Amino acid sequence: MLYALVLVPLTGALVAGLVPDNRLRPVVLPVVATIYLALSACLIMAPSAPSAGGWFWLDPLGKIVLLCVSILFTVCAYYGVGYLRYRQERSNRVLCIGLLICLAAMGLVTISQHLGLMWVAVEATSVSMAPLIYFNKNARSIEATWKYLLICSVGIALALLGLLFLAYSTYVAQKDATLLLSGLLGTARELNPGWLHAAVIFLLVGYGSKMGLAPLHTWKPDAYGEAPGMVGAMLAGGLVNCAFLAILRVYQICLASGSAELLFFQQVLVGMGLVSMAFAAVFMARQADFKRMLAYSSVEHVGILAIGLGLGKGALFGALFHLLNNGLTKGVLFLTSGNIHRSYGSKTTEVVKGVLTRLPWTGGLFMAGFIAITGSPPFSPFVSEYTIVSSAFIEGRYLVAGLFLLFLVIVFIGMALTVLPMVMGAPPDDVEPTEYRDSLLTVGPPLVALFLILLLGIWPPAFVIGLLRDGAALLGVQP
Amino acid sequence: MNSFADQLLVLVMLINLVMLGSSRLLFSIRAVAVQGAILGILPGLIHPFSGHLAAITVGIILIKGVLIPYLISDAVRKAHIRREVEPFIGYVPTLFLGAIFTALAFVFAEKLPLAPEHKELLFVPASIATLLAGFLILTTRKKAISQVIGYLVLENGIFIFGLLLTEAMPFMVEAGALLDLLVGIFVMGIVINQISQEFSSIDTSRLRALKEE
Repeated sequence: MLYALVLVPLTGALVAGLVPDNRLRPVVLPVVATIYLALSACLIMAPSAPSAGGWFWLDPLGKIVLLCVSILFTVCAYYGVGYLRYRQERSNRVLCIGLLICLAAMGLVTISQHLGLMWVAVEATSVSMAPLIYFNKNARSIEATWKYLLICSVGIALALLGLLFLAYSTYVAQKDATLLLSGLLGTARELNPGWLHAAVIFLLVGYGSKMGLAPLHTWKPDAYGEAPGMVGAMLAGGLVNCAFLAILRVYQICLASGSAELLFFQQVLVGMGLVSMAFAAVFMARQADFKRMLAYSSVEHVGILAIGLGLGKGALFGALFHLLNNGLTKGVLFLTSGNIHRSYGSKTTEVVKGVLTRLPWTGGLFMAGFIAITGSPPFSPFVSEYTIVSSAFIEGRYLVAGLFLLFLVIVFIGMALTVLPMVMGAPPDDVEPTEYRDSLLTVGPPLVALFLILLLGIWPPAFVIGLLRDGAALLGVQP
Repeated sequence: MNSFADQLLVLVMLINLVMLGSSRLLFSIRAVAVQGAILGILPGLIHPFSGHLAAITVGIILIKGVLIPYLISDAVRKAHIRREVEPFIGYVPTLFLGAIFTALAFVFAEKLPLAPEHKELLFVPASIATLLAGFLILTTRKKAISQVIGYLVLENGIFIFGLLLTEAMPFMVEAGALLDLLVGIFVMGIVINQISQEFSSIDTSRLRALKEE
């Protein structure tokens, strides 16, 4: 069952490669996505046990990421059928194959308990996404792809060095050199502290650059800005969460190794998180390109995830919940921004005005997505951000909590200054009419995602709460 | 046998310096191919023979020594370029920096808490020196191809460290890592081709449309 998470999308990729018709090919995406979603639902609901040898186990942390990835991919897949109708001028073969291979790699990330295998899968997600950023085939998208490819490849290579250091710390400690998570957690206390420390730093830098934590985020605005909306959604809600899962594994090892390393790791996470939020707050204001604005919003939210993890205790629950909420909300925002881009043929806010009049559904959804992502009730990001900040106050981290709130306010104002003029007002007369119209397939999927974050905000299902509790328990929170 | 391994590692470090001082791209690609092939020979010298080891040796030589250099030189041929343009830092200063980094790598490796059986070997200083040389190429050169070569040298540096731990890395993981590297270089080759078509040059310092105003 577990292996189907990898094999089903790979089969889909093969089928997508064989379908010759450009109009028919995107249909493979929702078919695979629906099977994948059903499969993940079964796996998430069922109790799971480690496989023989301990290489594979869908533990609660993996389940949370898988839940987010499978829902987000399904939303994007149905949207993709509608969206690619407007992009018949170019072949979507590479796009469909790349998305499905990336889905397979993300599935592998969630189930692997061997850190080396997990690294291979994370690297596979980066490489498979690169041609997708280049979908528009113009000078700007080449530049974005090149930056993304180079920075992420070097970052991931440094993470590999971190893994080797980790294995070496077991070797120096006269243990069997291993990268199996269960083995590492068992012997974590006896690992050589110097090598462990170096490993933690390199892993954080490597996976941090993949996740887009400031100051390693420089590829993000370019890649998110130039990629098609649905690819942006998968980057912001899928790849980010896979890299965060890798950082969660490092956290587990730090936790098992004792207080000194954990304290260091937490402090660095909080520091990087705050810097990320600060960067986002500065660059979000007066951002003329709304897709780049969403990229900075992603930098802000990986910062929030890092802070939640760094604060520990009650905030961990919030961080895990935020992982889910951020992923789904980014889905709403990137997919609707793709619609806006199609309709206006531009992504600068000078041209894009009065979306609510021109595209009532898309405009409304984009507006609602903005309200949700900035942490306003009743949507679920409010709940998770509130959990993190209240936990910071309870723990007496007043400075962190104060800065967190300050940055949230600045981001809210900065984002509102871009979003409100876009959505409100009258559309300019000189915008050339395009053939894009809101339809069920381009508006329905983001609407479903919005409904889900509303549901999670008002009445989160018991199984989600249970999953988050189990996940937080793995990170050392007593239930 | 270990002295032979050490001689090969000295050769690896010399290749780093040669690459830092060279402006001819095809020459650098050949140098990185030789470096990759040496990495393939090394595990056989320090670990007892096994099927796993043989597979790794063949895999590394094939991918790092043959396939990847072929992919890059293919991209060079398609883009019609021979030489690196004047880099951000000149060849002689980078060569000098490379030599300093190599010396520092030895000093630094001396201080690391290595396992006793690794203390005498050159693996760790060679790994650090190669890693730093890769960084240096990556950051100072302008051509996209040179940056890919820098990335490969960096990856080679990491690999040298990994050779100490061949037992910890199961075959599946090593094969996966090599395959990822291969596909990554393949994609980079395609992107380079597109850059050269779009900008009629693969000078990455021209890639500067995307920034904050």
